[in-house]
Amino acid sequence: MLSALLVMAVIAIVLGAVLGYSAIKFRVEGNPLVDKIDAILPQTQCGQCGYPGCRPYAEAIASGEADINLCPPGGEEGIHKLADLLGMEFKPFGGNTVIKPKAVAFIDENICIGCTLCFQACPVDAIAGAAKQMHTIIASECTGCELCVAPCPVDCISMVPIREKITAWKRKYPEQTLVPAQ
Amino acid sequence: MRTRYQFHGGIHPPGNKTQSTQCSIARVPLPSRLVIPFRQHAGESAKPLVRVGDQVLKGQLIGMPDGFVSSAVHASTSGTIAAIDMQPIAHPSGMPDLCATLIPDGKEEWFPHAAVDYLNSDPAELRRYLRMSGVVGLGGAVFPCDLKLRPLRNHPNRNICTLILNGAECEPYITCDDMLMRERAAEIVQGAEMLRFMLEAREVLIGIEDNKPEAIAALQQAVTDSGLPFEVVVVPTIYPSGSAKQLIRILTGLEVPSGKLPTDIGVQCFNVATTYSVYRALAHGEPLLSRIVTVTGNVRHAQNFEVLLGTPVQELIALGEALPDTNRYIMGGPMMGMELASTDVPLVKGGNCIIAASDKLFPPAPPALPCIRCTRCAQACPADLQPMDLYWFAQSREFGKAQTFSLFDCIECGTCSYVCPSHIPLVQYFQFAKSEIRAREQDNLAAEHARERHEFREYRFEREKQEKAEKLAAKEQAVRQAQAAANPGVAAVQPEIQAAIDRAREQAAGVEPKNTGNPTPQQQAEIAEIEAQREHIRDLAKSAVEHTNGHDKN
Repeated sequence: MLSALLVMAVIAIVLGAVLGYSAIKFRVEGNPLVDKIDAILPQTQCGQCGYPGCRPYAEAIASGEADINLCPPGGEEGIHKLADLLGMEFKPFGGNTVIKPKAVAFIDENICIGCTLCFQACPVDAIAGAAKQMHTIIASECTGCELCVAPCPVDCISMVPIREKITAWKRKYPEQTLVPAQ
Repeated sequence: MRTRYQFHGGIHPPGNKTQSTQCSIARVPLPSRLVIPFRQHAGESAKPLVRVGDQVLKGQLIGMPDGFVSSAVHASTSGTIAAIDMQPIAHPSGMPDLCATLIPDGKEEWFPHAAVDYLNSDPAELRRYLRMSGVVGLGGAVFPCDLKLRPLRNHPNRNICTLILNGAECEPYITCDDMLMRERAAEIVQGAEMLRFMLEAREVLIGIEDNKPEAIAALQQAVTDSGLPFEVVVVPTIYPSGSAKQLIRILTGLEVPSGKLPTDIGVQCFNVATTYSVYRALAHGEPLLSRIVTVTGNVRHAQNFEVLLGTPVQELIALGEALPDTNRYIMGGPMMGMELASTDVPLVKGGNCIIAASDKLFPPAPPALPCIRCTRCAQACPADLQPMDLYWFAQSREFGKAQTFSLFDCIECGTCSYVCPSHIPLVQYFQFAKSEIRAREQDNLAAEHARERHEFREYRFEREKQEKAEKLAAKEQAVRQAQAAANPGVAAVQPEIQAAIDRAREQAAGVEPKNTGNPTPQQQAEIAEIEAQREHIRDLAKSAVEHTNGHDKN
C-alpha cells in the first residue's frame, strides 16, 4: 500500500518536473491564434474594422472582443475563412458595409503642395516625397486603404480602381445550365 | 527494339491530318503590316527598344528580355515602326497587349548576323545567346528555351541524362511539326546535336507517332547521314502522347513526379520545331522570326505555311480560302486550342495551327447534363487524376480540396471533356480553378508584403522614438558637463564635499544610541521619578516667574 503510494508520488513528481521544464523550454511567444487570424486578414491596414491595423484587429478577434465580419477588404471569403478557423458560424457584413473594388491611390501632382500629411498617414510607406516636394504613390506598394485621402488639405488624392490586366486576368466561372435529362 | 511504355488513359480522336500534308510548306507573301507583340513567350513581357518612326532591319532586336523568365522579340522583316501600342492579340481574355506595328519596306534587309561556333563557346554564353535570339518552346507552352538548357551534369542520377525530341504531334488537324520533319530533318538533327552538347546528355531519343511514316523515314535518314548516335523511336498514335510528361513516360518508362520537372528525373524534352530554331540561331545566327503554321479545317486549301511572326491571322485564312459556312476560327488544335474572338490578331510564336470551324465540322456541344460519376474521365485521364472529383471541387469553389487532388498536375489536354457522356466542359472548370488559385496566391504574397512594410514602419517609429530619447539624454548630459566646465572651483571640491557628507552619514548610522534598549522596570521607575521631579521644578520655576512679575507690577 505504502510502496504503491510512493511509486505514484514519484511518478507525479517526475512528470510534473518534465511538464514544468517543457513549459519553460518550449514556451510559445505571443498568441499563435493571433498569427493565424492575421494571416487571413488582407493586410490593407485600412482601419475600417475600427482597429488601428490588421494585427490589432486580429488580437481583438482572438480575445473575443471583435466580431469576424468587420473587414470589408477581406470580403465574404475572409469571413468564411475566419469562421472556419475559429469554429464559428458565418456572419454577413452589417447593412452599411460597402465592398469596393480594389483600387490604388493616385496623387494629382499638379495640385499637391508637398505637405507630407499623406505619407505620415500611409501605413505601408507607399508614398514617396519630402516637405515642399511633390509626393507620388508607389502603386505597386499601395494597398488601397484610403487612409491618405482624408488628411490631404487640397484634396489631390483620388482612388483609381485597378483595371484588369492581361497578366492578372482570371478565368470566369464556366457558365452552363444543367438541364434535366428527358 | 526499344521497349515502349504506356501512360494511363488516352484517347483516339480522328486525326484529320492528311488534308494539310498534301502540299509542301509554302512561304507567305510579305503582309502589308506586321503586329509584333512584346509578350509571345511565357513569363515577363519584353521591354521595347525601338521608338515610333524607327527604321529596323530584319532580325533586329526590338524587345529586350526583362526578367528571369523572359525572351527577346525581333523585327520579322525590315521596315518602319509605325506604332507601339495596345493591340488585340490571341488571348483567351480577349484583352489587348503591347505590340509594335511594323510596316515592311519589302527589301527584307537583314541585320548583320553570323553563325556561332558553339563547340568552342561557354554554355552559359550560348544560353544567353539563345535568350537574345528569342528562342522559345514552339510546341505551345512558349517557355524560354535557354532556361531548359542548364546542364544536367550536377544531377545525382547522371546515367539517365536523356534528351527527348518531341515529334509526336498528337493533336488532330495539326501537321506543322510533321511537315517540318519531312522537309528539314537534317537541320533538326543538327539542332538536336547542339542541344545535346549544351545539356551534356548521354542519349538522344526522337519520339514520333506512327501516323507520320514520311517524317519517321526522313529523320531516320538524316540521323544515319549525320552519323550521330541518335535513336528515332516510333510511338503508337494516342492522344496526348505529345505532352512532355506523357512522351517521357512512353520513351523511358519514367514518371515525372507531381510538382516536379522532367529535369528532376534527368530528362529534358524539346519540340522538333524548337530544335530547328535552335539550329537556325546557332548555325546561322538567325533569331526566331518565323514559324510553320498549319491552316486547315473548313478551308479549300489546307496547307502548312512558313509565316513571319506578327502576320495577321486573317491573311493566313485568306491563303487557305475558308469556305462560306465557316463561322469561327480556332488557334491551336481542336482539343486544346482557343477560339479567336477576332481574326485581326497577329500570329505569334505559340500559334501552331489555325482551324476554320463550322457547325458541320465541329457540331456545338449539346447542353451539359449532370455528372453521373461514371468515371470515364478518370479512365481516360493521361495524368491519372480523378476529373469527376476535381470538377466537383472546382464547381463548388473548394479550391483547397482541388489542390489536394493534384489539380496542378492537370495538363488541360481536354481528354476528360472529350469522353464525358454528360458533355460537361471539365477543362474549363479546371482552368477556372487554377486561375483562381493563382490569383489567391498572388493576393497572399501581396498581403505578406504589405504586412512586412507595415511592421517595418512600426519598427521605424519605435526606433526614431528611441533615437530621439537618446539624443535628448545626450543633450542634457552635454549641458551638465558644460556647466561643470564653467565653474571648475565648485566642481573640483564637489567630490570631497560629497565624500564628507557620506562619511558623516555612515558615522551617524554606525553609532548606536545608549539606553534606548528595553529598560528594566526599576530603570523605568527611576525615569518616571526624574520626569516627575523635572515637571515639579518646571512648575516651581513658572510660579516663581509669575510671582516676580506680579511683584514688579506692584
